[in-house]
Amino acid sequence: MDFNLTEEQQQLQDMLHRFVAKDYAFDKRRQIVASEAGYSAEAWRTFAEMGLLAVTFPEDFGGLGGNAFDTLVVMEAFGRGLVVEPYLATVVLCGGLIRDAGTPAQQDALLPAIAGGELLMAFAHYERDSRYALNNVATTAERSGDGWVLNGAKTVVLHGAQAGKLIVSARTGGGQRDNDGISLFLVDADAAGVSRRGYATQDGQRAAEIELQDVRVDADALIGEEGNALPLIERAIDLGIAALCAEAVGAMDSLNEQTLEYLKTRKQFGVAIGKFQVLQHRMADMVIAAQQARSMAILAAAKAQYAESAAERRHLVSAAKTLVGQSARAVGQGAVQLHGGMGVTDEMPASHYFKRLTMINATFGDADHHLGKVSDALLSA
Amino acid sequence: MDLNYTPEQEAFRQEVRAFIQAELPPEIAHKVKNRLRTSKEDTVRWQQILYKRGWGAPMWPKEFGGTGWDAIQQHIFDEECTAAGAPRQLDFGLRMVAPVIMAFGNREQQEYFLPRIISGEHWWCQGYSEPGSGSDLASLKTRAVREGDNYIVNGQKTWNTLGHHADWIFCLVRTSTEGRPQQGISFLLIDMKTPGITVRPIIMLDGEHEINDVFFDNVQVPVENLVGEENKGWTYAKFLLGHERTGQANVGAWKALHRRVKEIARIEKGDDGRPLIENTRFRDKLAQIEVELLALEMTCLRVLSAGDKKAPGPEASLLKIKGSEIGQALFELAMQACGHAALAYLPEALEAGYTGDFVGGPHAAPAAMDYFNTRKFSIYGGSNEIQRNIISQMVLGL
Repeated sequence: MDFNLTEEQQQLQDMLHRFVAKDYAFDKRRQIVASEAGYSAEAWRTFAEMGLLAVTFPEDFGGLGGNAFDTLVVMEAFGRGLVVEPYLATVVLCGGLIRDAGTPAQQDALLPAIAGGELLMAFAHYERDSRYALNNVATTAERSGDGWVLNGAKTVVLHGAQAGKLIVSARTGGGQRDNDGISLFLVDADAAGVSRRGYATQDGQRAAEIELQDVRVDADALIGEEGNALPLIERAIDLGIAALCAEAVGAMDSLNEQTLEYLKTRKQFGVAIGKFQVLQHRMADMVIAAQQARSMAILAAAKAQYAESAAERRHLVSAAKTLVGQSARAVGQGAVQLHGGMGVTDEMPASHYFKRLTMINATFGDADHHLGKVSDALLSA
Repeated sequence: MDLNYTPEQEAFRQEVRAFIQAELPPEIAHKVKNRLRTSKEDTVRWQQILYKRGWGAPMWPKEFGGTGWDAIQQHIFDEECTAAGAPRQLDFGLRMVAPVIMAFGNREQQEYFLPRIISGEHWWCQGYSEPGSGSDLASLKTRAVREGDNYIVNGQKTWNTLGHHADWIFCLVRTSTEGRPQQGISFLLIDMKTPGITVRPIIMLDGEHEINDVFFDNVQVPVENLVGEENKGWTYAKFLLGHERTGQANVGAWKALHRRVKEIARIEKGDDGRPLIENTRFRDKLAQIEVELLALEMTCLRVLSAGDKKAPGPEASLLKIKGSEIGQALFELAMQACGHAALAYLPEALEAGYTGDFVGGPHAAPAAMDYFNTRKFSIYGGSNEIQRNIISQMVLGL
């Protein structure tokens, strides 16, 4: 058992912390969030140069052959800086799917393009009726000649409007909630019949509603086996959850530092407000929550990558998302409260961290959803 | 990073498991697993069994007769012991006074006391709290006045656990009233058979006798029994608190208890006649505890893996707060699972060999008493509020 970062991971972390502190200061982030693109092409190029966009890709495709612990290091640093670039969508979700399930031709075409920073991708999976259920897919793909025709609508596709290519889940068989019959397709974002309505998210990121109307793709657009995509989707989302947990931990640590600083400098009744025990104890609980969340983010990374079975992976990743979601809420709400009136202003970074932490909880299943998964496992274990 | 145990650690686990399976007396395991009363003899017997194997002090270094195990091995040992229903080894000697004697005691003290702790010959208890000195421990008033080769001790200690079994007590006593309260405290080892010591039971809210007042009336204590220097006792007491960073987390015990509550919830029926575990409202509470316990275990392992390389941070306080909260929540849920049956007060049913009728089932007999008893978790060992003070003031600098 070893909780230490490797020397390479340590270097990566140091480099990222320097980047966030120097090149991604809060005013810079504000400009990026307000820009039309919603992300910084310059930052993305820097990530490519750093090797971040290929951290977990095999070396044959220009990657570094890393694992979920490398993603943990990257996402934690991004959480500290509230980085809004489409790393989760492009690298973790879509890059991960192509890496794990793509054909050699798809890997050849896509992984180096992602690694080089030329290609952004988005995972168009969730639908209006599916809430957080991964097997609830109404979008259809019907065979047509050599290829497929896709019809349906996808909701809150992270960075869907920025992506050059989409991975779309669609039914090639079975009913709307069947586990079998779901397939994954690679779709050009500007293909005929794809319409995208992009928008900002509450936390300064971007997402899109995507409609697919008679979208034609070739046979080689299929990723993985026809009708057998659910296990791939589950693993991709679990890796995404592990990444979000790490991001949340970085955000919580930074937010706790900001709040602590505020408690030491803000004076009322003639003393720093941190002298008041009622505030001290709330702060102590926030630090405990962040530590417990860190433990679970590490567990999520380990299990998303190395679990002995899919059932074990899903169980422990759900446990992690539950605790991280609850901790994110406690730390976020606590930070705003301890910042007083300043905490509810746009001016203070704290409110932005609170918003991101809130939305991380709501992404890929909130704490209640995942607690339900852990709870239901008690029936069988 | 690698969260797997090494093959050596897995082999060690198998070795520990096989030993416990062969040597742990089943009648003792039966009591522990079913939360029946255990006796002093049970604890001593298990200590002697471990001692014979060379495992009497899993947390001690080899030079003092310990196993020399690293933190992860100790964790594995604890997990296997609690899972099998071994009685908890007595903390007061092994984990509390022994490290102080090792670090600050003289050679004579080390040679006399440590072998008797590890063999189970000496039962130790603690003399810290006083009626006027709880969380504000440094205000303690029990006086030790030097007279020739003795200290004469007068005063009262309270919340003394299992002192009615004890051969020795380690005490914080006041040897000076000058300077700050912390500066006049000394650490004394006192033979419980010394004339002038009276042990008086305090019956706790569960009706049980576990805790005592201990009165000192002109008790003569040879100066050889002073540990370290006079008036430095507070430093040693703080060392003692910081020494045992993960002990109060009790991860192994709570994992075993979580399994027990799950079993109880399978036996008990909900309003609809289905097993209680199928009631979502109940099951979600058990799931919530499972999640927090997983986080506690991971935090514990992180702390253990860091070893002594890192200066003590908020970990010890964190683990105390979370460990106590999780334990309390599990006992509360065990009681809740029993429904009406939890009302019945059948203390006689907690004796092994009880042949009378139960109300509800055997698991219901200790349920409410355990719940009441374990409210102490968040109060003792530095209340959870004191732990939050420690985090905010010592760690965060507020």
